[in-house]
Amino acid sequence: MSAGGTFKPRQATTEPLWLRALLLTLALSFLALFLVLPLVIVFGEAFSKGWQVYLAAITEPAAAHAIKLTLLAAAIAVPCNAIFGLAASWAIAKFQFRGRQLLITLIDLPIAVSPVIAGLSLMLLFGARGWWGEWLNDHDLQVMFAVPGIVIATIFITFPYVARELIPLMQQQGREAEEAALTLGASGWQTFFRVTLPSVKWALLYGLILCNARAMGEFGAVSVVSGKIREQTNTMPLHIEILYNEYQFAAAFAVSSLLALLALVTLVLKSTLEWRAARDLAEAEACRRPE
Amino acid sequence: MSLFSRSGHPPRKPVLPGFGLSMGFTMLYMSLLVFLPLAALVLKSFELDWDGFVKVVASKRAIASYQLTFGTSFAAALINMVFGLLVAWVLVRYSFPFKKIIDALVDLPFALPTAVAGIALTAIYAPNGWIGQWFYSHGIKIAYTPVGITLALVFIGLPFVVRTVQPVLEDLEQELEEAAASLGASRLQIFCRVIFPALIPSLLTGFALAFARAIGEYGSVVFISGNMPFRTEITPLLIMSRLEEFDYAGAAALGVVMLLISFVLLLAINGLQHWSQSRHGGSK
Repeated sequence: MSAGGTFKPRQATTEPLWLRALLLTLALSFLALFLVLPLVIVFGEAFSKGWQVYLAAITEPAAAHAIKLTLLAAAIAVPCNAIFGLAASWAIAKFQFRGRQLLITLIDLPIAVSPVIAGLSLMLLFGARGWWGEWLNDHDLQVMFAVPGIVIATIFITFPYVARELIPLMQQQGREAEEAALTLGASGWQTFFRVTLPSVKWALLYGLILCNARAMGEFGAVSVVSGKIREQTNTMPLHIEILYNEYQFAAAFAVSSLLALLALVTLVLKSTLEWRAARDLAEAEACRRPE
Repeated sequence: MSLFSRSGHPPRKPVLPGFGLSMGFTMLYMSLLVFLPLAALVLKSFELDWDGFVKVVASKRAIASYQLTFGTSFAAALINMVFGLLVAWVLVRYSFPFKKIIDALVDLPFALPTAVAGIALTAIYAPNGWIGQWFYSHGIKIAYTPVGITLALVFIGLPFVVRTVQPVLEDLEQELEEAAASLGASRLQIFCRVIFPALIPSLLTGFALAFARAIGEYGSVVFISGNMPFRTEITPLLIMSRLEEFDYAGAAALGVVMLLISFVLLLAINGLQHWSQSRHGGSK
């Protein structure tokens, strides 16, 4: 290596060229096999029977209804979980209380619990033979195998995502800024909207994006509670399953390609947000330094 | 912050408002959404007496499903630990074209719906699939076997190890490696004695996260597994078939067993993260 004559400052802390090339090839092959190939397959299979089949698959009434229902469930679940995330992170990050660490652990529970168990639990609560089944039946309210059940299942599965983005950031920021605002005469809500919210906006957006991606893609919990009634309680992932089991592969991949596109948009937005947040942080550091 | 509280002053009364409101809302929301449904699950399983409970959760079919679920999840988390470390290493230490795009792509399994991943992986590894047909012509079946399930779980858990190891590796002080090198250590020695020990807590955290996620996974596995009782039936799927037979108490009993395991894993992950952070923060 040193025979080349060029000075390499980090030579002592890097690997020989052949090893670097080998590790890089291994890592990139692994990622290509597990990440790129599935994406290529989704789009390749979706267009395998041509544009007409693709367009027909995503515009037929059952697909259109599934898309609408998926958007509806996400449109309700994401704002609910955003409000929860803000409340929970305010309580956990700005105050000290007994059982705080346990609460943080419990917030993560839906991530560790199998979605099938989440769906099953809701079934035991709202189903015909569940705790509230009779009451709901008497009042002519349908939750299981209907849209409300799908929405509740989606909220259950996605509720940690906003909270767990906000909690560490708000903990790190402490509460001096809020205390200063209060001392200067701002009300509690003013402090929250003018001081706290702007300082966590990127993390909040990031949480919302992740929450939305999960909400639109949720499969296990929703498949327990939906009953899979075509054009009534079918979300996009469930519609994909039905098409796939009916051997309509091109149509299944066509609907999948929409969700894959959503995933790619999510990744782009996420990277942009991380970049903006890092830039804001650098600017804030730069402002602080001259003092 | 912490300077104030350590300096011996009596703890100040918090002046920030809204604790009651935010805490109350948090507890109400979590109780209605999580605790109440999970309580319903646990109570439903009590409808069985102890013998009935054991009969359900220790039936041959259930035990075969645990073995499959834990075996494939463990194998997948192990594969992810090795390749996750490799990917994190390459992303932090080396420069190569499209690095930012590849870095962003690592999160794909978080963003891609599991059902989509499931049918895509099945299309790749089925006997008539893109890669599967090559193996099939050599007499190896991938989809509809535990190998296929493991591959799906590798996909699902891929980001966890990378994302827990990456920040630790970024913060690792290269001075330590330079010092070791100047003292005559070989590159392999430096890796084994200096770098790897610092990464162990985060590697284990990533492993546990990937393992916990894999145990509960349903969407991607259901397509690639073939769902044969005793052979390729994972526990969440067994719960699903109990439900379809309207055996709610049996489904709840299996659910309680999985819930307990998830909770224990979650506590373990929390402990590991704590350890990881104290190690990580302490080195600064």
